Amino acid sequence: MNPTAQRLQTSSLSPDTAILRHRQWAGEPWLGEIKAGQTLRIVDLEGNQAVDVLFYNRHDVAEHYSATDTIQQQGGIYLTTGSRLLSNLKRPMLEIVADTCGRHDTLGGACSAESNTVRYALQKKFMHSCRDNFLHALALADIGLSKRDLVPNINFFMNVPVTESGGLKFEDGVSAPGKYVEMRAAMDLWMLASNCPQLNNPCNAYNPTPVEILVWDH
Amino acid sequence: MDAPQVWRQFAPDLPAEKVLWSEIIPGGSHASWLLARGTALRLVALDPSVNCSVVLYALPPAQERYNMPDSLKAQHTAHYTRGHVLMSDMGRAIASITQDSLGWHDPLGSLLDTATMQDRYGAHRYEQHRNAMHRSGRDGLLIEIGKYGLGARDLIAPVNFFSKVSVDEEGRFHFAHQHAPEGASVEVRMDMDVLIALSCAPHAFDSHPVYRPGRVGIAAWRMGPAPADDYCRNHCPENQRAHYNSDRFAAR
Repeated sequence: MNPTAQRLQTSSLSPDTAILRHRQWAGEPWLGEIKAGQTLRIVDLEGNQAVDVLFYNRHDVAEHYSATDTIQQQGGIYLTTGSRLLSNLKRPMLEIVADTCGRHDTLGGACSAESNTVRYALQKKFMHSCRDNFLHALALADIGLSKRDLVPNINFFMNVPVTESGGLKFEDGVSAPGKYVEMRAAMDLWMLASNCPQLNNPCNAYNPTPVEILVWDH
Repeated sequence: MDAPQVWRQFAPDLPAEKVLWSEIIPGGSHASWLLARGTALRLVALDPSVNCSVVLYALPPAQERYNMPDSLKAQHTAHYTRGHVLMSDMGRAIASITQDSLGWHDPLGSLLDTATMQDRYGAHRYEQHRNAMHRSGRDGLLIEIGKYGLGARDLIAPVNFFSKVSVDEEGRFHFAHQHAPEGASVEVRMDMDVLIALSCAPHAFDSHPVYRPGRVGIAAWRMGPAPADDYCRNHCPENQRAHYNSDRFAAR
């Protein structure tokens, strides 16, 4: 099995048995607890909605999801079924156990007011962004996390191919309405998410939409 | 005391009156400096198969730092060469690559860790090997940034100068063996006041079974901040705006 090709896998879990079914507003952040052994599903309700996510060890928030350790360990850049999401201590935080989308990005980072000035125009500074969302959620939660902890994240449902000549492309999503990704937690976690409000690139098809977050106890 | 003028050996074209200092980093070793905006570092591979992992933090080194995703997506690139700008997470140019003899430096491959290093080369501890002991790139950088109060949670994705990692259609990494010849050079200009730390440990994807990290010659010189007609600044509109943001910050 090659390490990074699309590996489509459906789940047998029924939403009826989930302990959490949360409709996440378009464009807004979400901070939640995921316990070791629980299963987390994110559903792209309307299609092509990037969901920017970071995970932290709930008992030691200095341990965070690490994009570089994750892609280094699996030998490739795309996340899909079987990908183990590693921390900066190279410990598994979660493993993707089902994926009907087939490809998720962890190189593209999260949009910010400041990077919007660079990527689009100086005047875009006042548009809403994922990193402002992250900071907002962390300020309200007061759990010992701050800007220094906003490391390179996962962009679920986002497609950012790298070419063999070393280019980076933002392509239309490979996602569609109802596609989902599911992962099992290997430790107690904080999940910090921003349902991306970016209006300047096709990662949300220029139309940010709600997503659903589900959690099962097994 | 006479400061060693080693830059004359590996970067003789530099203007002597502008050279601040120079030194040779032994293979596998690590170092760090505080550098002012407008200072340039010339890095020269003094052996074949050199790797030089670099991390950058804006001063004071508390919150603002080089950001790999922001830099890559702003320039639609997955490698660095002349003209590219290393951007901070605050939308500013933190450093620019002003010269490059090589054409590809790696932003994706991250750092060699100690477990991987010992699997590959065996354990080489101080007790048996003294200064020929092995230290991973990750541990070397943790030591360096620790000198400024930063810890493991602050360790960022580095730029691996002199290394090339390409990505195929399936997303898999491919490490280019023998990418950098002896004498390859790259120059990085600081566009903010920075803490820069580096490790010359082998690249994480360098599967060659022999531990053979190369030496890197480093010369710091006063290039001055990016002028209006700077090549990196004008490489693309995104770089113009990142430099504009840095100019504004420097004028505070």
